[in-house]
Amino acid sequence: MSFFTLSMLQTALEQGCILSLVTLALYISFTTLNLCDLATDGTFTLGCAVSAQMALTFLGHPFLALLAAMAIGCLSGFINATLQTKLKVESILAGIIVNTGLYTINLWVMGLGTSGGFSSNVNMNKAITIFDLAKDVLQPMLGSWYKLAVLAVFALGAALLIKLFMGTRLGLSIRATGDNADMVRASSINPGFTITAGLCLANALTGLAGALQSQYQKSCDINIGTGMVTIALASLIIGQTLVGRRGGVGRRIAGVLLGSCLYRIIIAVALRLNMNANCLKLVSAIIVAIAIASPTVRSAIALQRQKAAARAAKKGEETHA
Amino acid sequence: MLKIDHISKTFNPGTVNEKKAVQDLSLTLDSGDFATIVGSNGAGKSTLFAAIAGSFIPDSGSIILEGEDITFTPEYKRSKSIGRLFQDPLRGTAPNMTIEENLALAYLRASTHQRAFFSRVTRKEKDKFRQQLALLDMGLEDRMSQPVGLLSGGQRQALTLLMATMVTPKILLLDEHTAALDPGTAQKVLDLTRKIVAEHHITCLMVTHNMHQALEMGNRTLMMDRGKIVLDLKGPERDGLTVDDLLQKFAQGAGREMNNDRILLSK
Ligand SMILES: Nc1ncnc2c1ncn2[C@@H]1O[C@H](COP(=O)(O)OP(=O)(O)OP(=O)(O)O)[C@@H](O)[C@H]1O
Ligand SMILES: [Mg+2]
Repeated sequence: MSFFTLSMLQTALEQGCILSLVTLALYISFTTLNLCDLATDGTFTLGCAVSAQMALTFLGHPFLALLAAMAIGCLSGFINATLQTKLKVESILAGIIVNTGLYTINLWVMGLGTSGGFSSNVNMNKAITIFDLAKDVLQPMLGSWYKLAVLAVFALGAALLIKLFMGTRLGLSIRATGDNADMVRASSINPGFTITAGLCLANALTGLAGALQSQYQKSCDINIGTGMVTIALASLIIGQTLVGRRGGVGRRIAGVLLGSCLYRIIIAVALRLNMNANCLKLVSAIIVAIAIASPTVRSAIALQRQKAAARAAKKGEETHA
Repeated sequence: MLKIDHISKTFNPGTVNEKKAVQDLSLTLDSGDFATIVGSNGAGKSTLFAAIAGSFIPDSGSIILEGEDITFTPEYKRSKSIGRLFQDPLRGTAPNMTIEENLALAYLRASTHQRAFFSRVTRKEKDKFRQQLALLDMGLEDRMSQPVGLLSGGQRQALTLLMATMVTPKILLLDEHTAALDPGTAQKVLDLTRKIVAEHHITCLMVTHNMHQALEMGNRTLMMDRGKIVLDLKGPERDGLTVDDLLQKFAQGAGREMNNDRILLSK
């Protein structure tokens, strides 16, 4: 048996595609708007829960479930943004507040139709998912790769749409808001509006990611989104390292896709090396910490080298004289 | 064109820090007027601009721009028809966005409807950007995909000027926009200003601390002191005036000598 099989790569890429939607959301909120959206975890779970319930009930067209998850994610982003722009709650705090509230809401959504009213998981074995629909059409052609094909369409489609969006008047305004708020205030764009639009869009993507995740694994539980923000941040930073900080929007978004897939591959390898699955979150946390600290550490090392070189040169001069 | 009617603004009213920055100030600008403004430190020049641009709403009085009462219009709505440059060249552009993206943003905000969220610039418009950049004569037309953060202060200020005027604003407010630049670059930006304002017949207010500039640019000179306009010179009265005449007239109008540590008496 080889160390890293094709099917392991396949699974990693599938998960990478789903993750890339969350990373794309953070690209909008964290990189572009300069905000830290800590409601990401809750919104992801919300997307999962809504999609699960929609796919299970009579309303249940799985595509409708995806749309509903996006809409509800958008709503969560809207509440988060309103707290920040209208009620002047600190960005990080607003995220924490929304995230905490979502915990109860997620339990409630998952409990819909049960006797207790609240539930911490949903089983989707009876539901028809978009993967079931795609299977009939795609499997004859693609074999076991059909799931990846579906997810790649979503990931690439979203990436392309966001790339195009960033060139529009609203997209440019959102980018300027995070870049030079002074300028935006003085330029016929209401920064409160651009922050709201950006967070709605980002959370719609996170909701979609959650919806795909639940249909992909045919289940949903309250902890499915825990740590998502850190994982997406790690992917974002890995991508940034791959394509460079200074690149244009296209490059940055390509970095989002690459970073997300690479992150999943790294984790798959780590698991292959018999890492305990319980260690996953710690590993992601360490990756993020290292990645964020690395520029500082690198410049500190460079400075020390420069000092050492200067000292050596001086010594050389002295011995010469 | 622009009609400012008895506006006042007091900062921190009722406290020990109370400051009457603008007091009962009235000013009418005709279409195509280019007025320079000089005045002592803290005379209220920047505050006047902030009131026109809508950074705050005056305590009393009204502001009418091309027949429209904009006294209570929020800043972001006004700025569609008001171009504004500050002393700090970093304020007017987004450093991590490219030259082209900055221009696109400025162009779209002024040329499209407030709700045209998804409008984009066309290839033709991008070519137009390139031509306009070439007119600045700074080689920027070949650097359109570079982030603005890489440009020098003078280049950024020239770009900001272009952004503020590429769709002709109803009024252009220049608040010592060349003061932070080295003399050579400042002259270049000033020449550009003169050229652009003349070409598009833009109504313009320009604060400067250079007395020569104040007399030689535009068709009208205003002097401010303690929140008021103490002198308003135009036409034959202004022609042939020297800097000394100007300072003397200021002293008469204000009842005291001009005091501004940044006033430049010579070029
Ligand atoms: N936001 C503010 N809060 C409190 N006081 C202010 C504020 N803005 C301006 N002032 C005060 O109002 C007065 C007028 O300031 P303003 O900036 O308009 O002067 P100016 O004519 O532009 O002066 P300068 O030539 O130094 O730029 C000053 O005394 C200033 O301290
Ligand atoms: Mg000032």
